[in-house]
Amino acid sequence: MAARSSGLVVEAAGVRRSFGDTVVLDGVDLTIGHGEVVALLGASGSGKSTLLRILAGLDDEATGTVKVPESRAVVFQEHRLLPWKRVADNVALGVRSKDAASRTASALAEVGLADRGRAWPAELSGGQSQRVAIARALIREPELLLMDEPFGALDALNRLKMQALFGRLRALHGFAALLVTHDVDEAILLADRLMVLDGGHIIESIEVDLGRSRAVDTPGFATLRRKLLTLLRVPAEGVAWDAEELRGAPR
Amino acid sequence: MSARLRRLTTPVVLLVLWEGAARAGVLPPDKLSPPSAVLEAAWRLSADGTLGGSLLDSLRRAVLGLVIGGTLALVLGAVAGLLRLGDDLVDPPVQMARMLPHLGLVPLLIIWLGIGESLKVTLVALGAFFPIYLNTYAGIRGIDERLVEAARTCGLTWLERVRHVVLPGALPSLFLGVRLAFAAGWLSLVVGEQVNGEGGIGFLMMEAREFSQTEVVVLGLLVYAVLGLLSDLALRMGERRLLSWRRGLRAS
Repeated sequence: MAARSSGLVVEAAGVRRSFGDTVVLDGVDLTIGHGEVVALLGASGSGKSTLLRILAGLDDEATGTVKVPESRAVVFQEHRLLPWKRVADNVALGVRSKDAASRTASALAEVGLADRGRAWPAELSGGQSQRVAIARALIREPELLLMDEPFGALDALNRLKMQALFGRLRALHGFAALLVTHDVDEAILLADRLMVLDGGHIIESIEVDLGRSRAVDTPGFATLRRKLLTLLRVPAEGVAWDAEELRGAPR
Repeated sequence: MSARLRRLTTPVVLLVLWEGAARAGVLPPDKLSPPSAVLEAAWRLSADGTLGGSLLDSLRRAVLGLVIGGTLALVLGAVAGLLRLGDDLVDPPVQMARMLPHLGLVPLLIIWLGIGESLKVTLVALGAFFPIYLNTYAGIRGIDERLVEAARTCGLTWLERVRHVVLPGALPSLFLGVRLAFAAGWLSLVVGEQVNGEGGIGFLMMEAREFSQTEVVVLGLLVYAVLGLLSDLALRMGERRLLSWRRGLRAS
């Protein structure tokens, strides 16, 4: 692989998008460096997915300047596999190189599904389907990976496994990624930088300096988590069911 | 007794009753010939080649009509389903024409085309056209837009998206259309062949009526039924092969 020059993979400035009278993105500036993973957080309807679709080239009506690499791939919340193509053919969709078959095999092996290439998508579980969707993205060796709540439809245990898988694949491929998520823990675990979208603007950009190997009990995790939840306007006191304490608690 | 065998009981009993009633003289043979007479007629007409020739005539009309009507429907349905301009230009007149009962067009078609081959082929083509057009159109329109979008992010061009996403996605609906077209095509053929002319199973039946050969009329009906059954079977086999990916869906 050619050495990557330092610099930016994504440069977006003044991105605006409105649906009718509703302005969803009101001048968003966003940059992503080479190999950098940026998590984009925000409440439902804050425009996270809209911004991702613009970067993916799926939105023709946005204004502003957007510079993204030609080599990019998207993982959606739903796997979006073609039900009439076998798993391997789904992964190889649109791959035109001669070694497509061997690349498909290694992409499937990387996500732990080396033996399911001949299966139909309908025969896979939700977690497996999403792994195939990730293999379909990675076989393109993208400089930029766009992920729209990729693990949002999975159960909690599967989600943990997929987050670990994402870490491994990232170390292996060194792609830059925009990860749209509403899972604060996931964002802190996986990203180098956190961005919070609110009212059509990026209201905060936070570097995560917890090191490359982190867990929810890494020092500093909880502080960051609380800060993010406050930005998202979610009360972070936790859950209480002690009646005595609740009565004394300020409202 | 197995369920399959039990389900055969009533048809067999009815056949036996029919034969018995004819032999006992309850059923006058010029109104309804007994099954044995129908079988005998089948044997006789097969032996002298009349049945085979008529069958070939009917089949040729059916295939020709289905191919012409089906191709036209496929092309127009695809144009209307895939292109917005095509939708605006093609769909309204087709939807209006659909309201005309095509078998009611027979008098007009006789004026235009006479009573020869072209009338029969046109009727079959008309019968096959609408089910295939409507189901092609609906199949294309019913494609999950999210799949098309995913294919776009995989770098597929418009044509490749049509080939890999739209066509396979519309195929189940298309198959339904073809099955309905077969049914409508046979029906049109039956009607068309009774409008005089030469050759074909329908002609055989009309001719037999003039000579009060009721057994040949019944035989003609049976042949039509068997043709319909065979075409449906063939279609279902094709469907099972081409839509094998759905087996997984049904199992889960």
